Amino acid sequence: MTLKIERVKGDPVALDGDRAVAEAMRQMNPDVVAAYPITPQTEIVQRFSEFVANGDVDTEFVPVESEHAAMSVCIGASAAGGRTQTATAGAGLAFMWEVLWVASGTRLPIVMHVVNRSLSAPLNILCDHSDSMGARDAGWIQLYGENVQEAYDNAIQTVRIAEHPDVMLPTLHALDGFIVGHNVERLELLPDEAVREFIGTYKPEHSLLDVDHPVTYGPNDYHDYFFEHKRQQAAAMEKALEIVPVIGEEYGELSGRYYGLMEEYKLDDAHFATVALGSTAGTTKVVVDELRDQGIKAGLLKLRCFRPFPAAAVAAALGNKKAIAVLDRSVSFGAQGNPLFLEVCTALLTHGFAPKVVNYVFGLGGRDTRPAQIHQVYRDLMDIESRGLVGPTLRYLGVRE
Amino acid sequence: MAINLKQMSAEQDLLAPGHRACAGCPETIIVRQVLHAIEDPVVVATPTGCLEIVSSPYPYTSWRVPWIHSAFENAASTIAGVETMYRSLVKQGKMEDRGIKFIAFAGDGATYDIGLQFLSGALERGHKFLYVCLNNEAYMNTGIQRSSATPLGTWTTTSPVGAVMPGKKENRKDITAIIAAHNIPYVAQAAPHAWRDLMTKAQKAVAADGPSFINVLAPCPRGWRFPPEESIAISRLAVETCVWSLYEVIDGEWRLSHRPSSKKPIADWLKSQGRFQHLLRPGNEHLVDTLQQAVDREWAKLLERCKVAAS
Amino acid sequence: MELKGWKEIPIGGLILDAGNSEEYETGSWRSSRPIIDMDRCSHCMICWVFCPDSAVLVEDGKVIGIDLAHCKGCGICAQECSRRAISMVEESLAEAEV
Repeated sequence: MTLKIERVKGDPVALDGDRAVAEAMRQMNPDVVAAYPITPQTEIVQRFSEFVANGDVDTEFVPVESEHAAMSVCIGASAAGGRTQTATAGAGLAFMWEVLWVASGTRLPIVMHVVNRSLSAPLNILCDHSDSMGARDAGWIQLYGENVQEAYDNAIQTVRIAEHPDVMLPTLHALDGFIVGHNVERLELLPDEAVREFIGTYKPEHSLLDVDHPVTYGPNDYHDYFFEHKRQQAAAMEKALEIVPVIGEEYGELSGRYYGLMEEYKLDDAHFATVALGSTAGTTKVVVDELRDQGIKAGLLKLRCFRPFPAAAVAAALGNKKAIAVLDRSVSFGAQGNPLFLEVCTALLTHGFAPKVVNYVFGLGGRDTRPAQIHQVYRDLMDIESRGLVGPTLRYLGVRE
Repeated sequence: MAINLKQMSAEQDLLAPGHRACAGCPETIIVRQVLHAIEDPVVVATPTGCLEIVSSPYPYTSWRVPWIHSAFENAASTIAGVETMYRSLVKQGKMEDRGIKFIAFAGDGATYDIGLQFLSGALERGHKFLYVCLNNEAYMNTGIQRSSATPLGTWTTTSPVGAVMPGKKENRKDITAIIAAHNIPYVAQAAPHAWRDLMTKAQKAVAADGPSFINVLAPCPRGWRFPPEESIAISRLAVETCVWSLYEVIDGEWRLSHRPSSKKPIADWLKSQGRFQHLLRPGNEHLVDTLQQAVDREWAKLLERCKVAAS
Repeated sequence: MELKGWKEIPIGGLILDAGNSEEYETGSWRSSRPIIDMDRCSHCMICWVFCPDSAVLVEDGKVIGIDLAHCKGCGICAQECSRRAISMVEESLAEAEV
């Protein structure tokens, strides 16, 4: 299908990630938003509440009494056939855990903006990916953004991805708490009309409010049908792998910023590659540039779409590298590697590659990860390559011993 | 709408037969009565529990109205979400105002315990929905475990009668008073034997300008241990012994719906169900006295609230 | 009902055929059935309002019989009938009569 989309000129502004997301929400004008405040997402709900109070949106905002209620209200609202969004972080996402599965099992195209925050205990309000990683099996599509522009752009695209008739899965996009959420950056906003046209109108197939055609949502399955319902979900996730880049391409035509499943930064001829999600990918780009200036063939695979995991594309991009470092901003205690590492390794192995790969846990609980540390990662990779020895697979970057 | 059984019997039941409720289950009786009483189109939410399980075993559904189940604790939030979307879509002109009413049918487990936060939040926010608690005084669907609605001294599988403990040690929660304290326009207690009272209350509830709540006693043949044909008779006996009272709280004003002409003793209630059998053993008279005193106390308090003379 | 494959059923567990439980005959659960003495019946509808299974059949304001495909034989109708017009008869006997 050839798209005839006219490029629009964006409006350059300076906003922090939370406010940029709130702005995207204003432009998307969802029918219902139910959300509970939690640092570092609070600015999203506060800013959005201002839009509601000023009549800038038609949204019915439900100031729920907990995050579990937020997702539960979203489930009811989405089943009632309208656009529904929420936002959360850390423990808030954890509190919704049970109903995340209900949302995806019921195939409701709910959109959630997650401002990545660690999970207690000990209590920590700062950035890491343990919240969204903890929910990686919940059947939600997961996109990760590097900076404020990406947070804004991802927010808008999630609606189209979730609602695609071949997908119909709840979708979240994540932005790093504080680092992107509270950090003011320059970005370009699309005009309101462009966003409205891009997301179009939602036409639900089976609404609870269609009293003339009563439907039953959420029956109880037994051993005879549950497996089939889950198989359908798996198929939808597979389909999403095709749809995410299609929507990203369309968005690119509109905005000039093209999105796919990942971004390959100086990766093609690289010998040493890092795989990362979120803002640390930005830090890594700086390091890659510095190393290239020194004649070192460094590269970065910035993953955007974590669920579904683009195994074939990742394997193709990394298969021929001499040494690879996968950076995980969360821990899967007791596993031999952390979520992103396990996905990357499996992708490589199942596509016939076996390069040297190591896993770095970094940045837990808001621990700052600076260029110097990323430089260390590349030195480690070069060392691995020169000695022909991987050494320890699981490493911790930036922890005090 | 006048409550006329002949007229109502001409309309199709909105809960279809073929559901898997136990023979004699009062929950489906209550649902039938409520849905017949309400003229407007409805959307129903039910949390996990007996009603949900029996009415929707895939690929069958007994619901002839739009219906949603999402989880155990969140029927109030789920229906609040549907109600909110309705308001949003109607306000934006995206759909016609069909005068739809939103109803949750939830067990005592989902209401008194695991779902109390969710119900409280939805009531505080003022969503326009009717929440009907089907109170069978225990977690029946999982096999008769105690809830905070279970009365003092009752046998359940998690408050069994053993060598050192005589059934549930705690008094039941007065959930209806807790709900009334949310200052919502309409709160009531009802019972399925008093069908006209229940139907009238359902109509008043959905006409209220805000959230409404009706706590309905649902005598469970399996869990309370009585023969299935007695479900309605047990409901009647509950009211005659003042173990369950019928009343309304309308805009904060407490109104007694029914006063038994002669209050039967608690022993009559205890004799009628196997779950209380242990209390009638010799040596347990003090427990029966405690229970009688508890009933008398609650009844006296209710009369006071309703500004009805004690004698 | 024949078991269907994952491509043949609606997504999300949705059931689109409202009230299709009617196809499931819970009448097989019964060990006794209500027999209405139509001479005594005053068509007060009390049995109808108390039946958990919508098994009291009514036409033009008159009770005409019991839906034996779904009646579970709980006996509430017999217990509550204001005219004592309903008696519960054991299935084997009732079937023999028919």
